[in-house]
Amino acid sequence: MIRAFSALLARDLKLAARVGGSGALSLVFFLMIVVLVPFALGPDLNLLSRIGPAILWLSAVLATLIGLDRLFQSDEEDGSLDLMTGAAVPLEVVVLAKVLASWLTTGLPLALASPLFGLLVALSPKAMAATALTLALGTPALAFVGAVGAALTATIRRGGLILAIVVLPLMIPTLIFGVSAAEAALGGTVPFTTPLTVLAALSLIAAVTGTLAAAAALRWSE
Amino acid sequence: MRLIVENLACRRSGRRIFSGLSFTLEPGEGLMVTGRNGAGKSSLLTMLAGRLKPDAGTIRAEGIGEATLPECLHVIGHRDGLKSALTATENLEFARDLLGHPAASPQAALDAMGLPHVARLPVGYLSAGQRRRVALARLLVCRRPLWLLDEPTAALDLASQGVLAGLMGRHRAEGGLVIAATHQALGLEDARELRIAAAAVDDRCEEDTFETENWL
Repeated sequence: MIRAFSALLARDLKLAARVGGSGALSLVFFLMIVVLVPFALGPDLNLLSRIGPAILWLSAVLATLIGLDRLFQSDEEDGSLDLMTGAAVPLEVVVLAKVLASWLTTGLPLALASPLFGLLVALSPKAMAATALTLALGTPALAFVGAVGAALTATIRRGGLILAIVVLPLMIPTLIFGVSAAEAALGGTVPFTTPLTVLAALSLIAAVTGTLAAAAALRWSE
Repeated sequence: MRLIVENLACRRSGRRIFSGLSFTLEPGEGLMVTGRNGAGKSSLLTMLAGRLKPDAGTIRAEGIGEATLPECLHVIGHRDGLKSALTATENLEFARDLLGHPAASPQAALDAMGLPHVARLPVGYLSAGQRRRVALARLLVCRRPLWLLDEPTAALDLASQGVLAGLMGRHRAEGGLVIAATHQALGLEDARELRIAAAAVDDRCEEDTFETENWL
């Protein structure tokens, strides 16, 4: 089981690196939103630093959606999914490996790059650290929730729009607690750890239910 | 292993494709599935592979212990399951690790298919026939008792068709099963033939006139 899991993980990481990577694409998309927002709002540094964590989180949610539709669709199109159905491991393990690889190439780079992008919205060093931490804890939830939508739309050509409509409402709780945790770090009545632990819980819940639901959706896709 | 299919029926998009299909396959036997285009040959293979639910009837396998049927078979179909960006060897190594029961090494399997020189090439650079042969090399990389081949000779040259016939012969001599959907002779000389006839038009039920799928 470990062998099949690591083979899947290695294959998806290799593909992401070799095909010009959807990871780089979502990172560039993230950068574009963060760069454009200050232009739209004007040079009000106080306003920017106040809403900075929210902008970063919003960009992260939207950037996660980019390339999500290819998560299972590319495997469905070339028949790799038929191989995975007949694998010596349950489909849930396959989904877990694929989502983990997708998070390592999209979610984690977003979290790591967020302090740098925080400069563009005039975040204080403390807010940068807080935002990066909340993104690192919250993006797994986005990845697993997104995987359910990706599995549901795997057989639909150009299913990206339906995917976004299905998945975005389910990402709202993560967005709310991610932003409130990042803002709690900058002061306020709520202690930092309260929304942070809720965020971690959301990621854990999404990891379990998302894996099971995506595997079920793939199994009954016909 | 022994494969028993009883009274199988298939329905796709609300339309009856075939019904009342029954056959039994003993160890070492081959089955040629024939029929006109759209008769449901590929649907039958997809169903056996566990990717499509039967509308009625049962598919049973005996002598495979606790494994499920999809874990005991190889599918080589129109979609070859190869990633264009990965090399032939990487594709085969992935298949071996994913499917389990490793047999031949990827290099040995490529040699057997007459493709020793493409091992390090990305599959995207290969011709249709070469891709098909890399996909067929998967049969050798891991050992599984049932082979489901959907038009395996498509895009293959005569020499490769001979190689494939040899592989199927050896697999059956070792007690394996082969089910091939095809329009031409495959070298399965002594194999039985299953001809899927067209479903009668009045087989459709009233409620089936609604298109339940494909509305997107």
